[in-house]
Amino acid sequence: MALKMVKGSIDRMFDKNLQDLVRGIRNHKEDEAKYISQCIDEIKQELKQDNIAVKANAVCKLTYLQMLGYDISWAAFNIIEVMSASKFTFKRIGYLAASQCFHEGTDVIMLTTNQIRKDLSSPNQYDTGVALTGLSCFVTPDLARDLANDIMTLMSHTKPYIRKKAVLIMYKVFLKYPESLRPAFPRLKEKLEDPDPGVQSAAVNVICELARRNPKNYLSLAPLFFKLMTSSTNNWVLIKIIKLFGALTPLEPRLGKKLIEPLTNLIHRILIEDSDQNLKYLGLLAMSKILKTHPKSVQSHKDLILQCLDDKDESIRLRALDLLYGMVSKKNLMEIVKKLMIHVDKAEGTTYRDELLTKIIDICSQSNYQYITNFEWYISILVELTRLEGTRHGHLIAAQMLDVAIRVKAIRKFAVSQMAMLLDNAHLIASNTQRNGICEVLYAAAWICGEFSEHLEEPNQTLEAMLRPKVTTLPGHIQAVYVQNMVKLYASILQQKEQAGEKESSQEITQLMIDRLPQFVQSADLEVQERASCILQLIKYIQKLQAKEVPVAEEVIALFAGELNPVAPKAQKKVPVPEGLDLDAWINEPPSDSESEDEKPKTIFHDEEQRHSRPRQPEMDEEELARRREARKQEQANNPFYIKSSPSPQKRYQDTPGVEHIPVVQIDLSVPLKVPGMPMSDQYVKLEEERRHKQKLEKDKKKKKQKKEKKGKHHRHNSLHTESDEDIAPAQHVDIITEEMPENALPSDEDDKDPNDPYKALDIDLDKPLADSEKLPVQKHRNTENLKSPDTEVPLVEKKSKKPKKKEKKHKEREREKEKKKDKERKVDEEEKKVILRHVLREDLESVQNGTLDDEPLPTYDIQGNLQNDSQVTVSVIFENKSTSFVKSMELNVLDSLNTKMIRPEGSSVHDGIPVPFQLPPGISNEAQFVFTLQSIVMAQKLKGTLSFIVKNDEGSTHEKLDFKLHFSCASYLITTPCYSDAFAKLLESGDLHMNSIKVDGISISFQHLLAKICFHHHFSVVERVDSCASMYSRSIQGHHVCLLVKKGENSVSVDGKCNEPTLLSNLLDEMKETLSMC
Amino acid sequence: MNCRQGKLRLQKWYTTLPDKEKKKIIREIVQIILARNQKMSSFVDWKDLKLVYKRYASLYFCCAIEDRDNELLALEVVHRYVELLDRYFGNVCELDIIFNFEKAYFILDEFILGGEIQETSKKSAVKAIEDSDMLQETMEEYMNKPAF
Repeated sequence: MALKMVKGSIDRMFDKNLQDLVRGIRNHKEDEAKYISQCIDEIKQELKQDNIAVKANAVCKLTYLQMLGYDISWAAFNIIEVMSASKFTFKRIGYLAASQCFHEGTDVIMLTTNQIRKDLSSPNQYDTGVALTGLSCFVTPDLARDLANDIMTLMSHTKPYIRKKAVLIMYKVFLKYPESLRPAFPRLKEKLEDPDPGVQSAAVNVICELARRNPKNYLSLAPLFFKLMTSSTNNWVLIKIIKLFGALTPLEPRLGKKLIEPLTNLIHRILIEDSDQNLKYLGLLAMSKILKTHPKSVQSHKDLILQCLDDKDESIRLRALDLLYGMVSKKNLMEIVKKLMIHVDKAEGTTYRDELLTKIIDICSQSNYQYITNFEWYISILVELTRLEGTRHGHLIAAQMLDVAIRVKAIRKFAVSQMAMLLDNAHLIASNTQRNGICEVLYAAAWICGEFSEHLEEPNQTLEAMLRPKVTTLPGHIQAVYVQNMVKLYASILQQKEQAGEKESSQEITQLMIDRLPQFVQSADLEVQERASCILQLIKYIQKLQAKEVPVAEEVIALFAGELNPVAPKAQKKVPVPEGLDLDAWINEPPSDSESEDEKPKTIFHDEEQRHSRPRQPEMDEEELARRREARKQEQANNPFYIKSSPSPQKRYQDTPGVEHIPVVQIDLSVPLKVPGMPMSDQYVKLEEERRHKQKLEKDKKKKKQKKEKKGKHHRHNSLHTESDEDIAPAQHVDIITEEMPENALPSDEDDKDPNDPYKALDIDLDKPLADSEKLPVQKHRNTENLKSPDTEVPLVEKKSKKPKKKEKKHKEREREKEKKKDKERKVDEEEKKVILRHVLREDLESVQNGTLDDEPLPTYDIQGNLQNDSQVTVSVIFENKSTSFVKSMELNVLDSLNTKMIRPEGSSVHDGIPVPFQLPPGISNEAQFVFTLQSIVMAQKLKGTLSFIVKNDEGSTHEKLDFKLHFSCASYLITTPCYSDAFAKLLESGDLHMNSIKVDGISISFQHLLAKICFHHHFSVVERVDSCASMYSRSIQGHHVCLLVKKGENSVSVDGKCNEPTLLSNLLDEMKETLSMC
Repeated sequence: MNCRQGKLRLQKWYTTLPDKEKKKIIREIVQIILARNQKMSSFVDWKDLKLVYKRYASLYFCCAIEDRDNELLALEVVHRYVELLDRYFGNVCELDIIFNFEKAYFILDEFILGGEIQETSKKSAVKAIEDSDMLQETMEEYMNKPAF
């Protein structure tokens, strides 16, 4: 022994410590990799040594190397060894290394469970602390499940240092093992009022995090938090509480009212007074949050926010842009966009400018153009945006132009004139190859000019512009639109000329088409070519007719008659099924079975069926149709949210003279177009101001209450409208034509709600009192894993049974732990040991079950040795109802042996069963605990037992029984207890131990694995390991020492055991033999 | 934490990720942060997270937080950590952290647990570390005692 120590000390003198390593790396800048691999080799050597100090030093160095990016996962087992060192110095290093490199995939992590549990219950608070800290980094679902109960116990530790760590780590446990939330929540709530401010703040932190997922649950805590907020002087806690309120206010508007005042003031001050970039950023972020609920208080700061658009920092600019989106109102839209346009001009870098462009469009088009009062202005803005260089968003602008021109009828004339101008200046847009993105707007321009050609003032000129040779350089899809729309244009010119009787000029225009179209016929783009040649032939035919002086205009224009209206995406779905039509009925004879294998005809048939439904509609009886139409109109009229669909009723309304209550102000269109050198949209801002002023005066004059017509616009965001906003009437009568709906469409919007909303399932209500069936968390039954519900202490009934009168305790080595603890706290520090006997038991049960019904609860169980009381074990049994019936009135009884007795409530006889404190609905499992007293633990024991219960189903209720056996193995009486080599050696030398040995052949698994198995299944810990030889130690609940020497040969393993109780030893070895022979 | 040359000095993860992923993330973050100049704010959007960083002398302290986390609080956390280091090491410098990196971790662990603030009081955090150091010192002495 002494020699070993000497060797260790000498070795250490030559070892590098961390400082040497760091220094070495810094001195080997050129050949760092080589130096490090050399170091790793040294470390590997050091890890092979027995001396824990050397190992810890090696692990410490490894941790440093891990940070530099080297893989150290191979040392995971060594890390665990260092973690289980008794000296805090080493333990600390071990846990640090584990927290840095363990993750869910680390396979040895399951070996740590017992070690961690031991450290958690260490009398030294720093041991516990370091274990908690480490656990917080590498907790896995398994660890969470196994240790949840221990951690929950620590939440009530006497030391605040531990309490606060335990509270914080519970959050990690909840994440990994959500079932623990409900049972642990009451205790977490208690911690909000902990006398220690650190624990309090930890609890606030955890609840604040939890509230992100489902804030509703925490509403009831609001008064408590208010109290905390007013009493706490800790800013960190205050910030968290305010954050928590942030999550709660959307659910309880009254809360918001109390908070909004101080908060906005704070933010304003930050934004206005402070020039710090970070505060500015945060201020903007906070504003955007407030904006969602209290737009008014933010809108007044728009100047400031606009200033932020000039900021050098893109992060700040982007935040400011986000804010603008929600800040606009009818009143300030023009102003804001005007400023944005200035920024567009100034902006450097296309990315930011593109961002601005999309934002302008977003802002203007939001909520169905809710804030636009003057569409002429908007069109001008769009036209101005086309002057942007190098933007990628030409298609966005184009889409807006088309959308507005189609949906806002009143604006068409103006839009067409602007588009004609664009077409005229197409060379400016298309010439620059860098601006190819923007030429998309020509697509829109050409279509608008063609479709609404009746509004063109000088159609000839526009036609000329579209026929220019330069057009052929445009992308194919744009040329195609050009070709198609020039015919529309041509048709309307033709009609105009014919009506005016100008035969010659109409022939001229035909000639012009025939002269210019061939350039498109030659196009490489198929679409363009096809359309052009078709149209060329058509026009040649027209020319012939014209030569014969036949009027053709009417016929040509008829080609493009009718108006195109946008169709709502849901229109198809909303076509009502006419009465008498059964869509599911077969129209033809169903195909025979042999054909049915073929999928294709089926789908075709399905399509046809749908098409049939339409032509059938007119067959409906005329009266019914009229009645429905009337009903629908009635409904639309009463529904403010309904947007007019067909133009018919509204149009009439619009044309009716004398609708004075709609303030229509004629704007001289020529004005903005004729101001040279000034962006046109600016003019609108001025005009708009004047108009509003005038309007206001008028309004003051007529003091009549005039109710504003809503003009079929969406007013979904009514809450965002400020009073003054409502006063502003639009400049034009802008009727936004929304998408067409089919006749008789059902106005219901139920298809907007998705019945499959995945978040519905996330609602867990914490306020609801625990129902009978869930008083204990639902636990799934697992066969092979060590399974322990973290909340076994919650059930009320159990508390009674779990506080048995203290039986005679044979205190041996644990006096210091126990004596001072009050009965109540006993549970808190209780260290349990769990045993997996489940598979053994299951076999027993299954054999029983085969003979009886399927519908009984199937118990599996855990046996926990109770350290506090060396003659007691707690058996946790999981009952799972696998049947479809309801199971209730369960009673568990065990036939006591002389040695082992179940503790029953006072006054009951040995023949009475213990009622199980819950009922089991189908498919539910739950856990109950039963305490047993033991006299001797040297032998494994089996107890016979019976579970009686009532099965209740539709047919009535029956009384059933289920027999089972409880197997108390010897290993279940052992408690993993680490031992150090010096103590171990002393123990062996003492000579009062009996010896026994076994040998198992045919072992193929690695030695390390083998040791892990023994540690895990039999609760031993490794004392020392040299090559393929290891010494191990464990202790029974009654204080027997068990020492093992495990040697691995070629294909065999021999285990020599020493113990102060020979029977226990031989039984233990037999059990071990069984485990090993399964390897 | 990384230095101006982009060398990593300390890293702590509160979510578990494979090593490869971690290396990639660190490389990316270091690049982003070193590219920003001093007049810019301490916040950068990065993927679905936000980076909050601050430079102290030659060291950048950086943490990535979720969208719903408070940036200012994160910045304050960084600052508080630096204060703790300062108090513990006494006028802390980069070399202190390089050579006592495990201590730097212990301090961090004492201050933050599982990504949540654990101890806001500088005094008690440093005291906890010093107390456990005392424990360690006595043991080291014990271990260093010649056994012969």
